[in-house]
Amino acid sequence: MKRVKSLIWVLGLVVGWFVPAVVLAQMVITIDKSPVSAEPIAIVPFAWRGPSSVAPEGLDVIIATDLANSGRFAPLDRLPAAPSKESDIRWEDWKRLQIPNIVIGSFVQKTPSGPGARYEVEFHLFDVLKRERIIAERDVVRHGDLRKAAHQVADKIYEALTGERGAFATRIAYVTETSDLSGARTYALSIADSDGFNAFPVLQSQFPIMSPAWSRDGRRLAYVSFEGNRPAIFAQDLSAGTRKKVTSFPGINGAPAWSPDDSRLAVTLSKDGNPEIYTVHLASGILRRVTQNLAIDTEPAWAPDGRSLVFTSDRGGQPQLYRIPVDGGRAQRITLQGTYNARAAFTPNGKHIAMVHGDRGVYRIGLLELATGELEVLTSSRLDESPTVSPNGRMILYATTTGSEATLAAVAIDGSVRQRIGLDESRVRDPAWSPFLR
Amino acid sequence: MKFELLGVSGVLAAALLLAACEGVLPQKEEEKPAEVVDKSAQTSAQSTSGSASQSTAPSTAALPSSQGFQGHPLDNPEGFLAQRVIYFDFDSDRIRQADRPVLEAHAEYLASDANASVTLEGHADERGSREYNVGLGERRAAAVRRVLTLLGTSDGHVRTVSYGEERPAALGHDESAWSQNRRVELHYDR
Repeated sequence: MKRVKSLIWVLGLVVGWFVPAVVLAQMVITIDKSPVSAEPIAIVPFAWRGPSSVAPEGLDVIIATDLANSGRFAPLDRLPAAPSKESDIRWEDWKRLQIPNIVIGSFVQKTPSGPGARYEVEFHLFDVLKRERIIAERDVVRHGDLRKAAHQVADKIYEALTGERGAFATRIAYVTETSDLSGARTYALSIADSDGFNAFPVLQSQFPIMSPAWSRDGRRLAYVSFEGNRPAIFAQDLSAGTRKKVTSFPGINGAPAWSPDDSRLAVTLSKDGNPEIYTVHLASGILRRVTQNLAIDTEPAWAPDGRSLVFTSDRGGQPQLYRIPVDGGRAQRITLQGTYNARAAFTPNGKHIAMVHGDRGVYRIGLLELATGELEVLTSSRLDESPTVSPNGRMILYATTTGSEATLAAVAIDGSVRQRIGLDESRVRDPAWSPFLR
Repeated sequence: MKFELLGVSGVLAAALLLAACEGVLPQKEEEKPAEVVDKSAQTSAQSTSGSASQSTAPSTAALPSSQGFQGHPLDNPEGFLAQRVIYFDFDSDRIRQADRPVLEAHAEYLASDANASVTLEGHADERGSREYNVGLGERRAAAVRRVLTLLGTSDGHVRTVSYGEERPAALGHDESAWSQNRRVELHYDR
C-alpha cells in the first residue's frame, strides 16, 4: 500500500484564545436585498469613557448589524442626536422620524488597558411613544469578550421586541480550501462568530474535510476527514482540542448528524455494499443499521423528537427526501415537488425542512412545510447547497457560488433578506450553525 | 465595514499544536524503477554511458519490445495503460464503449503482476449536495471495479475511494469543467 503521509495539525481551542500565527482574511457581510417589512430602530453609539479617545469596539455597530441581518430591523443611519442617559433623550427627535424604539448605552473601561482589561457595558432599550424603558442591563466584560457581549445585547433587544430568542451570540463552522502558488491545496475546518468575525481554524489538512456538525451542547464538532486518502468520521472536543475517530469502515464514512441528546451519531456507511444510514452509539460504539436499499441513502437529519430520520435517497431514481423511524422500517417519501431534493435540515420546532432543491439544472435552497407539503424556494442563485438553520429558526446559512467564488450566504426563513458572507481568498463551503451557546 | 485580523489582542500562546509527520502532496510522485533504458540500442549495439566516470563500463543493449518501449509498462506514455482517467456522463455510472480497451489494458497489467495494486478514485461534478455526490463518485468507482473484475482482476488488487466533488480536476462552473470532473482515476501503488 502506498505510503502517503498526511499533514494534519489539530489546533486546540480554549474559549477566548486566539492563534496568532494563522492569518485569516476577514469575513465580509454584504447585504444584497433590503427587507421591506423591517422595523426602524435607533442604536445610539454607546458613550465611551476610557484612557484612549477611541473605544476598542464599536458596540453599536455590532448590535445594529446583527439586528439588520435578521431582516426584521432597519437601524437608522443618521441619528439626530446622541443621548447617553435617559434624561438626555428628547423624545420628539425620534417620534418625528417615526422610530418606535431607541437603544442608548455606556461603555466604560474599569481596569488598565491590555488583554486583561475589564469594561462595564450598559444598555437601555426605550419605547419612544410610551417614553418607557423596556429593558436595561449592565455587565462587566473582559476585553476578549467585547464582541460577544455586543451580540448578547443584540439578542436581548431582539427578544424584547419580537418575542423570539436571538441567535446573534452563536457561532458558525465551515470548511475552507486554499491553493498555494504551486497549486497544492490545503483544507481547514474553522469556527467564527455568527457575523463572520473572530475566525480561527480547528483542523488543517492536505486532505478534504466535509460535513461539520455541532453537538447539541455546542462542545464538539463531528466531521468527515479524508486524511490518509480514506474518509473517516471524527468527533472533536473544541475546548480540549482532542478528537476521537468514530467510524472508519471500508468505503464511505460520511454525513454525521448528532441525535437530540448527543448520545448517537447518524452516519452514512457503504461498508455493506452501498451507502446506507446507520446510527452509532458514541459511548459504546454499537452500530445499528437503519436503511436497507440498493440506492444511495445518505445525509441523515434527526427530527427534533429523536424518533425519526429524514434522509436523501435516490431509490426512486433521483434524490428525494424520505422519512424513516430511527430504528428502521418503512421509508416514506416527503418531497413531492421537483426532480432533485437533498440534504435536509430541520428547523428547531420541527415544522419545516430546508434542503437543496434542484430543478432543470439550477440548485437552490428550498423550504418544505411538513404539515402542508408546500415547498417554497428561498434563493435565486444557481449552485446553492448545504443549508444550515440558526438555532432560533430564523435564518438559513448556506453555501453558494457567486461569479467564480465559493462563498457563504444567509437568507431569512421568510425570504425577506439575503446576505453574502465571503472570505477574500479561500473557497468556503459546508457551513454549520452552532446551537445556542452559553 | 470593519475588518479585523486575528492577531487583534495580546495573544496567549497557541494551544496544542500537533505537527504530524512530514507530508507529501496529494499529487503522488512515481518512483522510477532502476532499470537501464536505452532507446538507441535498436540501431546500435554500442552505447556510451552519459556521465564521465565509467568509460570502461560495458555497453548495454535492450531487447526490442513489441511497442518499442523499454521500461516498466506503467511508465509507457503511449497506449491504453497510460490512460488513467475514465469519464462519465451526467448522473451516470455507465462505462463508455470507447473506454473498454483502456480497462482491458489495465486488467491485463494487473493480471501480469501479482504485486500490482490500484486505487480507483471516484469523483462527481459540483452540482447538488456534497454527500450525495460522494455516493455518486463511489458508484462510478464501483462500476470500473466491476469491469476489471469481469476481465479477471481479483479483488485484492483493487481498492476504491470516493471524493465526491471534493477534488475537482477543473475549477470552472460550466459543463466543460463538470465533464472533466465526472471521472474515475486509476492510481497505481508503486
